[in-house]
Amino acid sequence: MIPARISILTKRINDERGVCFYCGQCNRSCNAYADFSSGSCLIFPAMKSGQIDLFTDCMVKNISTNEEGLATGVSYIDKKDMLEYQMKAKVVVLGASACSSARILLNSKSAQHPNGLGNSSDHVGRYLHDSTGAGLSGFIPALMDRDIYNEDGTGALHVYSPWWGDNKKLNFARGYHIEMWGGLGMPSYGFGKIATDMNKYIGEQVGGYGDKLRNDVKRFYGSTIGIAGRGESIALYDNRCEIDPNTVDKYGIPVLRFNYKWSNQEVNQAKHMVDTFEEIVHNMGGFVIGDKPDKSINYGLLAPGQIIHEVGTTRMGNDPATSVTNKYQQLHDAKNVFVVDAGVFTSQADKNCTWTILALSMRASEYIVDQLKKQNL
Amino acid sequence: MINRRDSLKALLIGSVGATTLTLGVTGCKEEIEVPLVETNKGYGRITSEIAHDERLEAQGPFFTSVELSLIATLCDLVLPATPTAGSATAAEVPAFIDFIVKDLPYHQIPIQGGLMWINGESNKRYNKIFEDCSSNEQKQILDDIAYPSTEKTQQFDAGRKFFNKFRGLVLTGYYTTKIGIDDLGYVGNRPNLWDGVPPSVLAKHGLDYDENMKGRYINHDSRDTKATWDENGNLLT
Repeated sequence: MIPARISILTKRINDERGVCFYCGQCNRSCNAYADFSSGSCLIFPAMKSGQIDLFTDCMVKNISTNEEGLATGVSYIDKKDMLEYQMKAKVVVLGASACSSARILLNSKSAQHPNGLGNSSDHVGRYLHDSTGAGLSGFIPALMDRDIYNEDGTGALHVYSPWWGDNKKLNFARGYHIEMWGGLGMPSYGFGKIATDMNKYIGEQVGGYGDKLRNDVKRFYGSTIGIAGRGESIALYDNRCEIDPNTVDKYGIPVLRFNYKWSNQEVNQAKHMVDTFEEIVHNMGGFVIGDKPDKSINYGLLAPGQIIHEVGTTRMGNDPATSVTNKYQQLHDAKNVFVVDAGVFTSQADKNCTWTILALSMRASEYIVDQLKKQNL
Repeated sequence: MINRRDSLKALLIGSVGATTLTLGVTGCKEEIEVPLVETNKGYGRITSEIAHDERLEAQGPFFTSVELSLIATLCDLVLPATPTAGSATAAEVPAFIDFIVKDLPYHQIPIQGGLMWINGESNKRYNKIFEDCSSNEQKQILDDIAYPSTEKTQQFDAGRKFFNKFRGLVLTGYYTTKIGIDDLGYVGNRPNLWDGVPPSVLAKHGLDYDENMKGRYINHDSRDTKATWDENGNLLT
């Protein structure tokens, strides 16, 4: 078990970014730019080059192509005036997220690309897969009546257990990591709602009001923990998103529909998760809050998409018949179109996709520059 | 009516602004007093959220003055003042409840209906509305709805359901104010220099931080000195 590593500066590294002042509100975006954020760490520095025009509140509808099947630009809707615009481009780089980039490609049909841009293999949208997720909450009596102090530290932190199991002895492939959290956190909406319920675990009176209630809130403050698993799922050909021909969004753009079924691999993994988490809670002398998820709800396995680690829809590969992009994330079918989000992953680790997206994007960017210099694009 | 959300916003802006101004320079650990300013400016809200807030504000109070008065009475029965902490009404919880039922409209009917249930019950028992009851009479009604049912009778179930929801909203409303946070003792989300678990707490568990690790990742004396590294990536400053 290790504290999770996070990209938050506790020391100044340059003049542009500040140092964490431990407010713990990282999810609201950091005023001091002490966290890693694509805005403060990538986009703002890039804009200082003066070579970037940033269009916000704009939604790309499709990529336009010419007679040779190469991209000539994009059509987009400006959400502010609800009008459609065209933009010319030498190279189009998609980074709309796995499903939305697939959607743009599938909505970019032309005589040269009748099945959607990049989709001669019928692989755009296929092999869509998200991380598995299941979790439990626990009440730990040993954490009651504690000294109150600042447990927030830097924000966004949970304790992390990497996968340790031996798959040979298990009924599912690959594995998952565990995220654990708790502590004397900031009261927010819903705070205290279940405080008095914890009494049932220690044989005391549930409910009440007045001084008893106030006392319960304080006694139980910081005594509950959360445990969640995030695991690797199996990429499957039939798990896919595709264009729904009957439905458009408010911008008039056809939307996606999804066909996604978990296999027994993921269901068995979720069972292993909740069994393990229950054991952890019990070994801490605690109680699982609420009912432990059972078979009827796939052991609490969350719906695909809920962990927001979607990958696979524009998978990379050497064979144009079974993949959408090459190893430089360049479409096999149109050399001046690139996809730099997680759509290109053929599989995923159990951890977040972001760092791999960044690493691959850097490689793709260097390749684009190189190819432009060689006049190949 | 007090715009509670704006007050919260101002608190957040204030504390963040104060941090960047003073902490980086002085490493001051003192809590900084920031005057409350009623403003939307500088608080990262997107256009649709601002419009949403304005729409709620323009509606005016959701509850009638009679309902708000009953809400206030109930609030202070749920969380009365103590020698060291203010009551739920001192923390403006009724205004929070009026706001939250507009923000989350699914609370509206259960809360309104529940208030009617309370007065219906007091009328049945004492032939007067809840607020006109004596403190003892009020508590007799609450004692029947503030705890899980132990009998087979379902006569108080609707009241219990209301009170459970209402109590939850009061707790949220109270403990998200300065009064509530001070009462609870929460000390995060304000400018500070976090230095791990206090030694006194570690000592209770027979633990201490590894001397070799201290100051390696968090060093408050040199935090504002721009980092330089040697050719192997080791931090020099």
